Amino acid sequence: MRHTLTEALSGLRRNITMTIAVVVTMWVSLSLFGVGLLSAQQVDLIKGRWYDKIEVTVFLCTAATQGTNCDAGHDATDAQRDVIRKTLESNAEVAAVTYETKDEVFVQFKEVYKDSSILGTMTAADMQDNFRVKLKNPEDYQGVVSAVQGLPGVQKVQDLRGILEPVFAWLNLARVATVGASLLLLLAAALQIGNTIRMAAFSRRRELGIMRLVGASNWFIVLPFLLESLVAALAGAVLACLTLAGLEQFVIIGKAQPAIQTVRWIGWDNIGLTVLAVVAVAVVLSTIPTLIATRRYLRV
Amino acid sequence: MITFDNVSKTYAGQTRPALRDVSLDIDKGEFVFLVGSSGSGKSTFLRLILREYKPTKGSIYVAGHDLGRLPAWRIPRLRRQVGTVFQDFRLLPGKTVYENVAFALQVIGKSSREIRTIVPETLDLVGLGDKSERLTDELSGGEQQRVALARAFVNRPPILIADEPTGNLDPTTSVGIMKLLDRINKTGTTVIMATHDSTIVDQMRKRVIELSDGELVRDQSKGVYGY
Repeated sequence: MRHTLTEALSGLRRNITMTIAVVVTMWVSLSLFGVGLLSAQQVDLIKGRWYDKIEVTVFLCTAATQGTNCDAGHDATDAQRDVIRKTLESNAEVAAVTYETKDEVFVQFKEVYKDSSILGTMTAADMQDNFRVKLKNPEDYQGVVSAVQGLPGVQKVQDLRGILEPVFAWLNLARVATVGASLLLLLAAALQIGNTIRMAAFSRRRELGIMRLVGASNWFIVLPFLLESLVAALAGAVLACLTLAGLEQFVIIGKAQPAIQTVRWIGWDNIGLTVLAVVAVAVVLSTIPTLIATRRYLRV
Repeated sequence: MITFDNVSKTYAGQTRPALRDVSLDIDKGEFVFLVGSSGSGKSTFLRLILREYKPTKGSIYVAGHDLGRLPAWRIPRLRRQVGTVFQDFRLLPGKTVYENVAFALQVIGKSSREIRTIVPETLDLVGLGDKSERLTDELSGGEQQRVALARAFVNRPPILIADEPTGNLDPTTSVGIMKLLDRINKTGTTVIMATHDSTIVDQMRKRVIELSDGELVRDQSKGVYGY
């Protein structure tokens, strides 16, 4: 045991520059990897919150609107309205249906655009009667949309998901890019560890040869190298974990949370999960290259 | 102690076997010279005993191990029962005589208390008791080979393999090494020594095994180097 520890320590000291390089590479790549994981969790949090609120809006024809299902120059008739309502209410995916008249919409419109000059040019007649449809499962909007889309009197069916989807697509892309970049860096870090250990093993090949000759077990031979790479990788992992914790404390809790309160932000529980993943990756990325790099010195 | 049963070895990528259908028994406590010209298969023979290679055909038993069935993780156990010395000594430069011998015990997990008693004992046996703190690169060739012998024997293995141990030494020094090997043999250790040194073989009058082109051509008790 003492042999193992002293060998590992002297190995780290002997290759101090390579050790520092490994620690820094590990630090940066694992931090990036952690940020990727955290942003994935953040996207999920936002998605879960917003998707609950998503409604499908069915706009009805007015005298001013055009549409393939509209009778030009006329509002949708009461009969058409009833058919649309029945269709919606009988749909298994629909949770609730509310009807808004032109006047109700105009009240909301005035509220939203109260400081805008556009308000002066609009009247209640420019608004559209509509059904607001709440879905049981916001993911299953396609069935409802296609059920009412072709009905006479329907000018347009709008689902908010369609609008939000590109936003999430971009967020997703950012997440994939972060994780992808971190994976490249992690690959570089793993190769660096492999090289460092191979150099260390090469410089000690005489000892290794004698150890094999006199019957040292493979574990005994590899353990100092494993320890050496593990210490370097874990040092990088600890620095990365501190970086992530700092991110949570100073950026999320300190800045983002007070600024944007409508969104649920990732908390310490998410950090905890990410830290576990980071440490696990550090362990795997240090042991596997080490085992591969020392294999030729163990071949009997 | 060692049994070769119709052993052949052909190295990968070669058609001519390095060892061809060799069968022999070496008993416990025997002293055996392995002779033959370069390329006759002596090294292959020794490396097969150490399980550095597996035979292509046949089976080998060493100190109770069936080498054909010995799993890789048990090989270190076999090596602990077979001490080895080479023509080029293979010592660790920059370490003392004591450290070089102790190293062999440390890496097989012996306690430091055991090491502190066995190493000086063994150094006395090889006649280097007073040089234990010297660096190995400061020693003469004969002394270095004694360190190597101490390292090979410090664990008291039942078998000692010596691959041309006198190959780099002058005749007088060689005699000293041979006396030492004989002493180690007298403790009950089986010694197998590959050599080109006809004087030594002729003087010692031990069993001689001769290989030629990978074949066992002579196995003679109390033999000489040539016919």
